[in-house]
Amino acid sequence: MAKKKKSGKKSGNNKNKKGKKKFKKLSLSFVPYSDIAKLKSSERIKKLLDIVLDNRIVILQGRLEPTEETSMIQSTMALVDRVDKFTGIELAVIQPNEQENMVEKFKSHVAKFLVGERDVLTIMGPASIVKEVKRDPSKIDLMLNDE
Amino acid sequence: MVVRIVRNFFKRVLGKLIKSKGELKLGFYGPPNAGKTSLGNRICKDWVGENIGKVSKIPHETREIQFKEKVDIEYKGKTMTFKMVDTPGIATRVDYEEFTKYGVKKDKAKQRAKEATQGVVDAIKWLEDMDAVVVVLDSTKNPYSQVNITIIGNLVARNIPVLVVGNKVDLKSADLKKIESAFPEYDVIGISAKYGKNIEEFYESLFELSKKA
Repeated sequence: MAKKKKSGKKSGNNKNKKGKKKFKKLSLSFVPYSDIAKLKSSERIKKLLDIVLDNRIVILQGRLEPTEETSMIQSTMALVDRVDKFTGIELAVIQPNEQENMVEKFKSHVAKFLVGERDVLTIMGPASIVKEVKRDPSKIDLMLNDE
Repeated sequence: MVVRIVRNFFKRVLGKLIKSKGELKLGFYGPPNAGKTSLGNRICKDWVGENIGKVSKIPHETREIQFKEKVDIEYKGKTMTFKMVDTPGIATRVDYEEFTKYGVKKDKAKQRAKEATQGVVDAIKWLEDMDAVVVVLDSTKNPYSQVNITIIGNLVARNIPVLVVGNKVDLKSADLKKIESAFPEYDVIGISAKYGKNIEEFYESLFELSKKA
């Protein structure tokens, strides 16, 4: 079950009739790795896309397999065709520093084999909310639509 | 997982035996507007004297898989025969309104978006049939996009040899080093498909890539 977090986001210069600033809501859903660990690929994809279709941004502990990522892109494209006003997703994966020495790399591989890639975060949101994800090795900027 | 590994292994071993004297399926993959068709056209013009497809500034111009068979490329006295497979750009979002900004009428923009989404699905379907892939990136854009990482990750997972090409190096804002640092495990060739810059270097890398297939 996805745990839902909510936070407020200022909507720039938008003001209501009384001149008070309006606030836009931005909903984030944290999905722990344990929630998807035992699911089949198709179920994982469905679970994540269901959250996105609910106009929430997913923060997934871990990441999908590369082949699951492409399946998710295919499913997303099928939804763009079928769901009104859904134009797709934006996603990015944040990984820890990849410049590790051999011992650290070996440890990471063993940990990945045993418990999955839990030190990685996947951020995924509906394209209607997230305009662009600018990823550099050290940071991620979510550019939000100002509508 | 195990089934997929075994299936891929047999596919590659048997595939190598079957295609030893045939043509190599060479896929061109990447995000929209990176210059996949431009590069395909450059190669096809060089070796068969005709284009593989139409190019445009409007994203998702290629919305169907395009082929050019029996393309013989010569390099240093050796000839290799390729089946060129130009694919629609892979994207995680397609919005018809983006096309209207280029002057496309609403109805046509909606149709274009519909075809573009199907194109993405088809491009991914074809991925596992490739013997080798050239990933074409726009060197003026940030290479750290998840689509680029996903495409390359998939090719690695399927043991398909990859050559990363940074296109549009003729432009001032091109930054090939950024692509090199994003994909340090791969050879990155900077080219201008439009003007043919570094195309000889590209052919050399293509031959190296073919040996791995």
